[in-house]
This record gives sequence, C-alpha cells and structure tokens, in this order.
Amino acid sequence: MKLSSLVLGSCSLVVLAATAQAQSLTIATVNNGDMIRMQALSPQFTEETGIALDWVILEENILRQRVTTDIATQGGQYDIMTIGAYETPIWAAQGWLAPLDGLGGDYDIDDLLPAVRQALTVDGQLYAAPFYAESAMIMYRTDLFEQAGLDMPEAPTWDFIADAARQITDRDAEIYGICLRGRAGWGENMAFLTALANSYGARWFDMDWEPQFDSPEWNEALNLYVDLMTEAGPPGASSNGFNENLALFQQGRCGMWMDATVAASFVTNPDESEVADSVGYALFPTHNNFGNHGNWLWVWSLGIPASSQNADAAQQFLAWATSKDYLELVASQEGWANVPPGTRTSLYENPAYIEAAPFAGMTLDAMNSANTSNSSVQDVPYSGGQFVAIPEFQGIGTAVGQIFSAALAGQTSVDQALQQAQQITRMEMDRSGYYR
Amino acid sequence: MATQQTQTAARLMMSPAVLLLLAWMLIPLSMTLYFSFQRYNLLMPGMEYFTGLDNYRYFFANPNFWAALTNTLVLVGGVLAITLIGGTLLALLLDQPIFGQGIVRLLVIAPFFVMPTVSALVWKNMMMHPVNGLFSFIARVFGVQPLDWFGQVPMLSIILIVSWQWLPFATLIILTALQSLDEEQKEAAGMDGAGPLSLFFYIILPHLARAITVVMLIQTIFLLSIFAEIFVTTAGGPGVATTNLTFLIYIQSLLQFDVGLASAGGIVAVILANIVALFLLRIVGRNLDA
Amino acid sequence: MARTISTRRKVIVSAIAWLIGLTLFFPILWTFLTSFKTEGTAIAMPPRFLFFDWTLENYQTVQTRSNYFRHFSNSVITAVGSTIIGLIIAIPAAWAMAFSPTKRTKDVLLWMLSTKMLPAVGVLVPIYLIFRDLRLLDTHIGLIIVLTMINLPIIVWMLYTYFKEIPVDILEASRMDGASLRQEIIYVLTPMAIPGIASTMLLNIILAWNEAFWTLNLTTTRAAPLTAFIASYSSPEGLFWAKLSAASTLAIAPILIMGWFSQKQLVRGLTFGAVK
Repeated sequence: MKLSSLVLGSCSLVVLAATAQAQSLTIATVNNGDMIRMQALSPQFTEETGIALDWVILEENILRQRVTTDIATQGGQYDIMTIGAYETPIWAAQGWLAPLDGLGGDYDIDDLLPAVRQALTVDGQLYAAPFYAESAMIMYRTDLFEQAGLDMPEAPTWDFIADAARQITDRDAEIYGICLRGRAGWGENMAFLTALANSYGARWFDMDWEPQFDSPEWNEALNLYVDLMTEAGPPGASSNGFNENLALFQQGRCGMWMDATVAASFVTNPDESEVADSVGYALFPTHNNFGNHGNWLWVWSLGIPASSQNADAAQQFLAWATSKDYLELVASQEGWANVPPGTRTSLYENPAYIEAAPFAGMTLDAMNSANTSNSSVQDVPYSGGQFVAIPEFQGIGTAVGQIFSAALAGQTSVDQALQQAQQITRMEMDRSGYYR
Repeated sequence: MATQQTQTAARLMMSPAVLLLLAWMLIPLSMTLYFSFQRYNLLMPGMEYFTGLDNYRYFFANPNFWAALTNTLVLVGGVLAITLIGGTLLALLLDQPIFGQGIVRLLVIAPFFVMPTVSALVWKNMMMHPVNGLFSFIARVFGVQPLDWFGQVPMLSIILIVSWQWLPFATLIILTALQSLDEEQKEAAGMDGAGPLSLFFYIILPHLARAITVVMLIQTIFLLSIFAEIFVTTAGGPGVATTNLTFLIYIQSLLQFDVGLASAGGIVAVILANIVALFLLRIVGRNLDA
Repeated sequence: MARTISTRRKVIVSAIAWLIGLTLFFPILWTFLTSFKTEGTAIAMPPRFLFFDWTLENYQTVQTRSNYFRHFSNSVITAVGSTIIGLIIAIPAAWAMAFSPTKRTKDVLLWMLSTKMLPAVGVLVPIYLIFRDLRLLDTHIGLIIVLTMINLPIIVWMLYTYFKEIPVDILEASRMDGASLRQEIIYVLTPMAIPGIASTMLLNIILAWNEAFWTLNLTTTRAAPLTAFIASYSSPEGLFWAKLSAASTLAIAPILIMGWFSQKQLVRGLTFGAVK
C-alpha cells in the first residue's frame, strides 16, 4: 500500500510541476551578498507585475558551469543568467544572448558608467544589464598602520606595500600583513595575478598571441607575490579566494587586502566586521613609473539567453533590478552603504551615498582608471583587464592558476611555474589554431 | 538441474535490467567515443570537425595526465589502507562487551550518511581551516604552529576526509563478519595456547578475508570517481597535487568546455577503470565463490 | 576475581570505544551545535561548546532564502522513486541469477558493476544533450531515471547475494507438500526475501540522497534536491559558518535519522553476502 501511494504521489507531483508554470521566470545567480539581497527584495517585483520568480542560487564556480553548459547546449533552463564582463561579449558574439532593447524609457541607459556600459556592449547594442561593478583597490587597517608608524599614500607602489606588509605581520597575534587570493581559478587567483602583472608592465600575449610568461616582467611580479605571501601572508593562502580573504579581513587578521572594490561595504559593515571603523582605502599599487593600477574591471550583470521564451518579462525584471529605483529601494531598507555599487553615475553624485559610503570616491576613481581595451603598458591583441577576453581563457586561466597556486604553496619554484605556464598556454593556443 | 524452460524464464527476468544498463552504458559511451574524434568545443559552436586521434594525443601530452593517474591510485590506495586497517581494529574493539554498545555503534556509523559535499564543507571550514578550524585551535593550545592542511598536505587531507566517510562502512561489514565467527573456534584456539596475535592472524583474519574483499570492491568503485570532496576543498590543487582523473576530465569538460578532449579523457578513464575492474573483480569473484 | 578483572576490562574497552565513537561523530555534532550560534560566536576563539546564546535565526534565514521543504520533497521523491523503480527492475534479474545461475551469471554481474566505473563528468555533455531533446532536464522523472541507472548495479548485486542465501531445499520441500507456485511465492519466498529487499532499499535511498553530481547538473528549480540546496551555501561572501551549519544539518538530518532507525536492517544488507 505504502509503495503504490508513494509512486502515485510522485507521479502526481510531476504532473503538478509541469503545469504550474504560467508567467514565471527562472533566475540563476551567484550567492554573493548583493544578489541574496535582490532575492529578498524581489517579492516586491512580483507584487507589481504578477510575474513569479524561481531562484537558483549557487556558488560561483558551480553557477558558471551550470549556465555555460545550458546556454552552449541551448538547454533553455533559465530565463535570466548572472554573467560577468568576461562572458557577455563572447556570448553575445555567438548570438546566445537576447539584445536588451526593451528596458523602457525611464531606465536611463546613459546613466551607466561608461566603462561598465562598454564592457557589456557589442556592436553598439547592450546585451546584459549591470547589477554591480567593481574594480580593485587596497583596503587596509588604519589602526595597524598607525601603530607601525606607517602612512599609506593615495597611490602606493609595490615596494612600499611589500615593506609595510612585512612590518605589520605579527604571527603570534595572528595578524598577517597582507591577504591576497591564492585559490586556483581564472576568476580567483588569476584575476589578481593578471592585475598584478599588468601593474608590473607584463602582458599575457604579444601581438602574435605568443604567451609571455618567459618575460622578465612576469618573473618579477610572480616573485614578489610568492615572497610577499610567504613572509607576510596568512597560512593556507593557496586555498583562499575572495570570500576566504573577506572573512579573514573581517576578523581583523589582515593588515592589507587587495581585492574587488565591492568588498568595501562588507568590511565596513559593523554587523559583520570587527574592524568596521578602521578601514582605509588606496589605489591598487603600481610599479616603476608605469602608472598602471592593474586595470581590474568586473561587472556582475544579468543577461537573457536568446532561447528564453519569456524574454519580455525577463527584460522587465532586468529593468527593475538594475534601475535607479532599485538602488533607492535597497537604500530605504538597508541604508545607502549597502546598495549595489559601481554601475550608475547618478549614484556617485548622490550626496546621501557619498556620505554613507566613505569608499565611494576611491571606488569611482579605481573604476575610471581601469583601461580594459589595453590593460598593459605594452601592446596587447586582446581586451579585458584582469582576464583575457577569448573563449579559451577559462581553461588556460584555470590551468595556469593551478600552477601558480602550487608555486605559492611552495611545491614548485617560481621559475618552474612560469616555464610550465608558458608551455601549457602555448599548447592550448596552438590547439585552438592561433598560430595557423 | 535447470530445464530449458526455466532458463528461458530466467533470461526473460534478467533482460530488463541487462538491456537498460546496456543502453545506459552504450548510448553515452558511443556518443563520447564519437566526440572524442571531433574537435568540439561547446564555447565555439559551428566549428566542429573530424580530428582523428588529435584529442588523444593532446590528452596524453598533458603533463598532468600522469600526475592525475598517480593521484588516483594514491587516493584509492590510501583510503583503502586506512579504512581496512582502521575498520578491522575498530570492529575488533566493538566486538568486545561495551557499556552502551548500541549508542557507540550509532556514533561510529553516522559519517556514512553524510552527503560528500557537506562533509567536505564541514571538514574544510570547521575542522581543517588554518585560522578558524578546530585543529588549528588545538594546535595552538599545545603551542604548535597550526598545520595548513590543504596547502601543505593536500592529498593527506583529502584522504582523511574520504576515509572518515568510508570507515563506518568498512567497520560495519567487518564487524558483522566477526560476530559470525564461532566462539567455539576461538576458544578451541585459545585452549591450544594460541596468543591473541596468532589467534588474530590464523583464525580471525582468514575468516574476514571475504568481508575485506567486498569492502575493497565496493569502495574502489566509489573511490575511483571521487569528485565532490576535491571540488569543494582544494579544486585539484595546489598545482595538481590533488587532481585525480575524474577531476582532470572535469577541468577539461566543464571549465574549458572542450568536449572533444574531455571525451577522449573519458574514454581513457573508462579503459583504465575496466582494467582495474577486471583485475579486482576477478579476485573478488573468485573469493566470493568460496 | 575473574569477574572483577573482566569488569575492569570492560570499563577500559568501553572508554576507548566511546572516545573513538565520539571523535568520529564530532564533526557532525560540531556542525549541529554551530548551527545554533550567531555568525560571530561560530568563529569565536576559543570555540564555544555549549555555553552560548542559542538561536534559531540561521534556520529561519535558510528557510526564507531557499525553501528547504521544496528541496526536501524533491530529494524524497527522487531517492524513493528511483529506489522503487530500481527494485522493480532488479528483483526479477537478481532472482533469476540466484536461482537459475548459468556459466555467465557471474560475468554479467561483474559487468554490471563495472558500468559504475564510468566517469560521470566525461559523459555529462552527451547526457545533457539527450535530456534536453527528451525534455527531461529539471524533471523528477529525468532524475529518477539517472539515479536508478547509476544505482541499479549495486541493487542487483545486493539482492543477488541476498537471494543466494535462501536455501533452495525449502522451496523443494514446499513443492513436495503440494504448494502451488503462487503459495510458494507468497508464503515461503516473500517472508525470506523481505529483509534483504528492505536493506537494499535503505542503502539505495542513502546513495540516491547523497548523489551530488547528476542531481546538481540536471536540475534547476522544479526538481532540485538538497544537494542543490547545499550548493548555494558552500562559499558565500562574508561570515557563513553558522548558516552553512544550519543548511548542512537540514540536509543530512533526515537521512541520518532514517539510517539510525534502520541500522539493523542496513547492516544486514551492507554485508553483500560476505558473511554467512
């Protein structure tokens, strides 16, 4: 009796699931704080429009794997996908994304920050709506710097940073001078390392797409990274990504942390951070007189697969979630400091925001100084700041990221790591037909 | 004894299972085999063409392949060693009269029910975390520098996590086998003046042989394709220190979306798995007859 | 005299056994405790064991954020559904193998087990394409099919070893007594087979419940089970230990409790005929 009722039960549930999808959107997104807040506020959208929302919230790597599989096979599982500055131009060029031409008159597309808008535009057409955007900067502990008698310049050099990190480190008190990403992945350690290399005047490829890991610039940059992290970094650095470092910084374990600007609102949030009132900011460090601040630019944005049956409703949601009104909505519920940053010029002209978010000015400066069409002082054949905007980069970046995280863990020397990176990159590029 | 008729009936009864499994194996496998001869990257649609053995060439040329192969064997071997030895010792212990035996048994088998993803997350964040983990707290209490588990001993860390999950399984099976051992047999051996050690090696261990081979067989099947634990904790690193074959293929298929290359890797993995299977299943098969 | 020695021995053995048992159980216990802490206390050093302000806040957050009950019911439907279908297919097969074995029976069995060694990642893309075309993505049926197929070899194997232990003599004896085939099955075989089937079912539900590759990759919302639920807590921004613990507790508690209650049957089944 039990068995048959179970079978029947599961059958009827299947039928129910198949019929219960009138006007509803399936949204895939990352489990970052701003997106979770969006989910929490979204009943308001449903109320206004009658469009129901189904949320799929996944950890970043799993999300990327899921949405890429789905869009590349035209699986049609999602109406809205959360994608970044890397995917948008590549996918749009493949014809996988629906053009965003129905965002409505009061969306004020010209209000988007130029760098952000450019990153999501292909052939003059916007293909994804920016939800929040970030560059990279230094976050540091003003109290620790004061104690050590150090004075952080507005635009420090790597030499100064290295020196300061070593002075601040106090292993017995579990204070580490510097926290940087070490976890392997093209969007994890390679994002940071590419920005670091940019600031050192290095580049991924020369104009003939020959990898440049054998250049002195990469050697210098990677040596600095490994030495600095070994002497002044936290234990377990080779498995630390953005989130791990954020947690460490919030607990007051890091003297300095160089990462996405969006972190600023988390480290200054007194509910989560033990060091909320002693965080200072500075531009991403430079080297020599290149004046290159890493050129980091990332935009988490919402795109609609070309195969979506609900493209119109989906655009309605995009217009809602990335509008000025949404910023106001978040501000009214959670305070201005917590609105998703980096997408709209008007936000940085809003006195209430500038007042509540001491990091606003630095964020805007960092974003404006990011040049993603030519990220190195040398000529490059690719676009992208802390990544290389070619489809092969996910694979290559992750493979190279693994090698560099091994160098950080002390399993290989810097020279060996660079040599392997060079070899593996050359092989992949050859395979993809760049040298034919 | 079996008549023609019962033979036919038996075949009929078996056919659904056999046919379904055959389909489940052959359809994806033949697609994989087909893809493995194609240049096929999901991210570059419309560029598929026949490449012959190119994918296989690249797969074997990848210096990480041999590392992954070794890692797979180390992982399987390490977990088997820990769970078999630990399981036997634990079973011997639990076979003794104990206060609250039932509860102890519940505690011991609990890890077996935990989702691999959850156990990896728990171990990574709450036990082995170099700053917030309990292990590092304990180390500091004793004035020792905490170990950076996933940085310094990544493979050992993974082996420990997986062993924790599978130890209950080994213990349970061996314990059941132990309990079926004749008390009289043991007593008789004791009368003959056999010490506990020789009792173990000449009476108990041979009796456990069958249980142990079953543990080996079932665990090997699951351990060859360990994925979640690596994905959550080290992502195959640092370097390729914890990349096993499954994870290597994962990198190729779901990070590079190079379906051709991943398919070639899949085919290689299938062949290797079958070699192991043949080897292992033969031994076990023989042992199970006895 | 002998008695006191054995009592003392029992105390010592018990102490060791309890120590080991608690050590093995500790990560689960710790997760459970942490799920009632605030994020701040969750990472406090030195760690707090029992003396902290217990809160249910994390469970509330988790439920509002990800609708635990939907994931839970999806897990139940797919795990139980795949187990039942698996049993329906496997029982006749295992029966035939156990009672009318041929020279090739063992080979078929071993071949079945070897299909479990296919690396799932290698065939994800083909399966995803097939599922897309058959409209099986994100459906209970699709997931049930996959879970049935990957666990079928284990089910057949377990049932086979179990059925083999049923003495054939009894069958013949009952036949002598003039029992019809129907009576034979109902009164003689079924009672002897039920425990084996029950324990196979239990183990299979556990395996299906914990399967984390296919369940994650072939579902989005409507059929997403608890493995997908956990994936949204695995490494979010900021402090997450307490919320992760709450989600973990919710994901493993049902199966842990079921496993504990059915421990005896499970142990029987787990032996794979290895023990006579």
